[in-house]
Amino acid sequence: MSEGTASSRMPGAAKSALRRFLDSDMFYSFIGSPVTIVSAIVTLLLIGAALAAPLIAPHNPFDPASLSISDSLLPPVWSHDGVSDYLLGTDDQGRDVLSTIIYGMRISLSVGFASVVLAMAIGVPLGLIAGYFGGTADALIMRVADVQLTFPAILTALLIDGIARGIAGPQAYNDVVFPVLVISIGLSFWVQYARTVRGSVLVEANKEYVLAARLIGLRPVAILFRHILPNVLGPVLVIATINLALAVITEATLSFLGVGVPPTQPSLGTLIRIGNDYLFSGEWWITAFPGITLAVLVLAVNLLGDWLRDALNPKLR
Amino acid sequence: MTATLSVRNLRVEIPTRQGVLTAIDDLSFDIAPGEVLGVVGESGAGKSITGAAIIGLLEPPGRVAGGEITLAGERIDNLPPAQIRRLRGKRIGMIFQDPLTSLDPLYRIGDQLIETILTHESISASAARDKAERLLEEVGIAAAGQRLAAYPHQFSGGMRQRVVIALALAADPALVIADEPTTALDVSVQAQIIALIKRLCRERGASVMLITHDMGVIAETADRVCVLYAGRLAELGAVRDVVKKPQHPYTAGLMAAIPSLIDDRGTRLAQIPGAMPRLEAIPEGCAFHPRCRYAFARCVAERPPLYKTVSSDAACFLHDPQRAAAPAGGIA
Amino acid sequence: MSGPVLAPQTERRAPSEAPLVRIEGLTRIFDLSKRWLNRVLEGSGRVTLTAVDHADFAIGRGETFALVGESGSGKSTIAKMVVGLLPPSAGRVTIGGVDIWRERDAETLRHIRHRIQMIFQDPYASLNPRWRVGSIVAEPIKAFGLISGRQAREARVGELLSLVGLDPRDARKFPHEFSGGQRQRIAIARALASNPDFIVCDEPTSALDVSVQAQVLNLLRDLQERLGLTYLFISHNLAVVRHVATRVGVLYLGRLVEEAPAQVLFADPRHPYTRMLLDSVPDIDMTGRERVPIAGENPNPISPPPGCHFHPRCPLAFDRCRVEAPLLEPVSAGHAVACHAVSTAQRPGRLDPTMSA
Repeated sequence: MSEGTASSRMPGAAKSALRRFLDSDMFYSFIGSPVTIVSAIVTLLLIGAALAAPLIAPHNPFDPASLSISDSLLPPVWSHDGVSDYLLGTDDQGRDVLSTIIYGMRISLSVGFASVVLAMAIGVPLGLIAGYFGGTADALIMRVADVQLTFPAILTALLIDGIARGIAGPQAYNDVVFPVLVISIGLSFWVQYARTVRGSVLVEANKEYVLAARLIGLRPVAILFRHILPNVLGPVLVIATINLALAVITEATLSFLGVGVPPTQPSLGTLIRIGNDYLFSGEWWITAFPGITLAVLVLAVNLLGDWLRDALNPKLR
Repeated sequence: MTATLSVRNLRVEIPTRQGVLTAIDDLSFDIAPGEVLGVVGESGAGKSITGAAIIGLLEPPGRVAGGEITLAGERIDNLPPAQIRRLRGKRIGMIFQDPLTSLDPLYRIGDQLIETILTHESISASAARDKAERLLEEVGIAAAGQRLAAYPHQFSGGMRQRVVIALALAADPALVIADEPTTALDVSVQAQIIALIKRLCRERGASVMLITHDMGVIAETADRVCVLYAGRLAELGAVRDVVKKPQHPYTAGLMAAIPSLIDDRGTRLAQIPGAMPRLEAIPEGCAFHPRCRYAFARCVAERPPLYKTVSSDAACFLHDPQRAAAPAGGIA
Repeated sequence: MSGPVLAPQTERRAPSEAPLVRIEGLTRIFDLSKRWLNRVLEGSGRVTLTAVDHADFAIGRGETFALVGESGSGKSTIAKMVVGLLPPSAGRVTIGGVDIWRERDAETLRHIRHRIQMIFQDPYASLNPRWRVGSIVAEPIKAFGLISGRQAREARVGELLSLVGLDPRDARKFPHEFSGGQRQRIAIARALASNPDFIVCDEPTSALDVSVQAQVLNLLRDLQERLGLTYLFISHNLAVVRHVATRVGVLYLGRLVEEAPAQVLFADPRHPYTRMLLDSVPDIDMTGRERVPIAGENPNPISPPPGCHFHPRCPLAFDRCRVEAPLLEPVSAGHAVACHAVSTAQRPGRLDPTMSA
């Protein structure tokens, strides 16, 4: 972001950056809030578990060869019929619930992160353009955004998903399901970024450091990306964090509705759907544990986002 | 005669995570009835905080950590919040810097005036309205009766400030605190507003605490002036003495640095090296010593008390009577 | 290692030399009308604001020309038009012989651009808070390609920082680590980085404390002498202007009402507005000088009074003032005033200007 001079390439620079961070008001407010620390730990644990899935999951639920239908519908280890192999029980296909949760979180989180990145990649530049140039570009972008907002996110995602299915056909669809999911969720969320960035740009563009940059003849693109963008990123990060939680839930909802990830690679939402059918026949664990995991993940990320918003707000410091 | 306002050894602290900062350190002064006291200092010297502490509007976590504030003989710094609220407006009026944000944009001028009047006096609504109209006339707003129905945005900056003055004087306070009342206004309007404040307060016998960084305004308006530096009192005295024959090296440096209409391009502005220390880094001993060309060993080690000199009071060891004589006629 | 050499001192005060900056008929009109649909529905007309109305003046090389005015006078708008940030609605800005708004040749324009710089009023908003000081100061050097090679540029940045009284090692810090006065020094260093001849200073010390202001004004003067700079200095503070200016122009609601060498203006102000401005400067020397009481307030620039804008507040106003705007006319060498009363008094046999109608 900031252009460094030669001295900042020295090894000491990393250390001094760390020291600056530890000294900062942001870190201070982080340490002072137990809720935030817990949320951060939980989030990191869940992300870590998802990343390390092949290493820590007791079974591989995606490998049909390892599944044994005779192991299906086993309860968690602490109940009467449970076995120690399957700590949280199994689902209707004999998949270990715990492993499926860990692998499923991987899918949920990767789809979540990817759609957030996509939404940012669309929304931030559009917001920059709308805020800096104003006039027709602004009007056009904001009207498109308004139209986009009239559609609920799920509806947009369903629409795009449906179109993709129609175009690709059922066989080919399975190959493209992940990009399609990412695109459909990402396209539902870009508006927030565009609007927030536009507002911040309107404020920054009038500041004198921008005038100084124009004075030396910098082109608008250079001004936008080198000068203005670093100063508007704060609110974007807050939105991104909270959006991550939303993206995960949206993916889960889509999977729950049956239009998300294929059943052979279940995400948390898929598991919840599967378990739904068995809820009343007594096999509660298939829905409960993925549901709890999803709720905890979303809650932790949301709380982190709350802290980030307060920490970055200069008026509250 | 009891002073209208008496401040003794005032100490204001701001706890931060780097430690407790002392924003005001051992400040004492009096304001006599009908007198205009100027409180002068540069940014960060603590002048606005002094005003806020007196009227009980210190922003938390700032707090009054010591000393006494007495209004017409009664202590006001240790009152419970409800009583301080009653004081505000009734016995101490306040004029803030920015007339744009001092008035509520959603309410008519007349309503805001009447609300203030009725809060402090139990009179009928129509009597309050008459009083509001008279107040507007007093502050020089023509067609006052009709202007009562106007909104703040329909007034210009100078007129809005006049309304703010009317609000401050509505309940006939004994003391008016004006915090940079003219800084946000045009030059041609500044003089009018200052003259207005001075005249009205003199007519009503109210004392004025005029907080500003502009020595020119002080020279025109104040009877006495106190100069603040890094939260401490540097000099206190009659305005003519302090402006023409400053006894504290900081005041002298300040006066020399101000461009006047008399010098022209040929003369170089005298400048004080360095800058006022931030609250986190106030030096030991005299806060001004790193920038002072008269500094000697004692200045670094001890903090100077207020000494009486031939004219004003100055917190500077140069005026210690036990020392060899300080340069008479002020410090050049 | 360093940039192009600047004009040596001896060249600066040649009397026959053409002025470095010439402003002719400079005008700027802002269209504040509501959108067409609103206008039709509300039946309101177009609303325009004439921020600057045919300003004419010239600045000689090495001079400091001060533009004095209050809010609404148009001084900041003039500043922006002069440096090339805001296109004029009419008129011409010629710097170093180049009409900066009409010149088509890209190379000429580029060459003149780096000779013009600006220092802004707010030291907190004029430096990008996310950039290091070194990058901020180096940016003009890079943008104009004046020095290639990182090390050479860094050395130059260090030189510039020393020139303004800062430490070269400050290049690694961020703006928020500095005080207002220091930030203004950084802004000056940045302005000097492109080796300018001409710098527009837009209220450079209005946001600073008095003691810091003195430091910055002294610095600006020293730099002017060392580097042969020309300044357009904009301010509302007459005492500061007295201190820095060689010539002064007084603006009222977009029009230049008086122009004179600084000594002449302060000794013998002719225009009633200038006198009023001088009288409202607080008397810090406590001379007890006699002053005329001030009347009224600055009118709304959107609908200024007709004829001479100042007539409602003017003690010398008569009927001609209400209908006809006065033009700048010379009253003595180098001293021009736009006032019917004053120019009438210059010509014998005319009506007594003190007669108010």
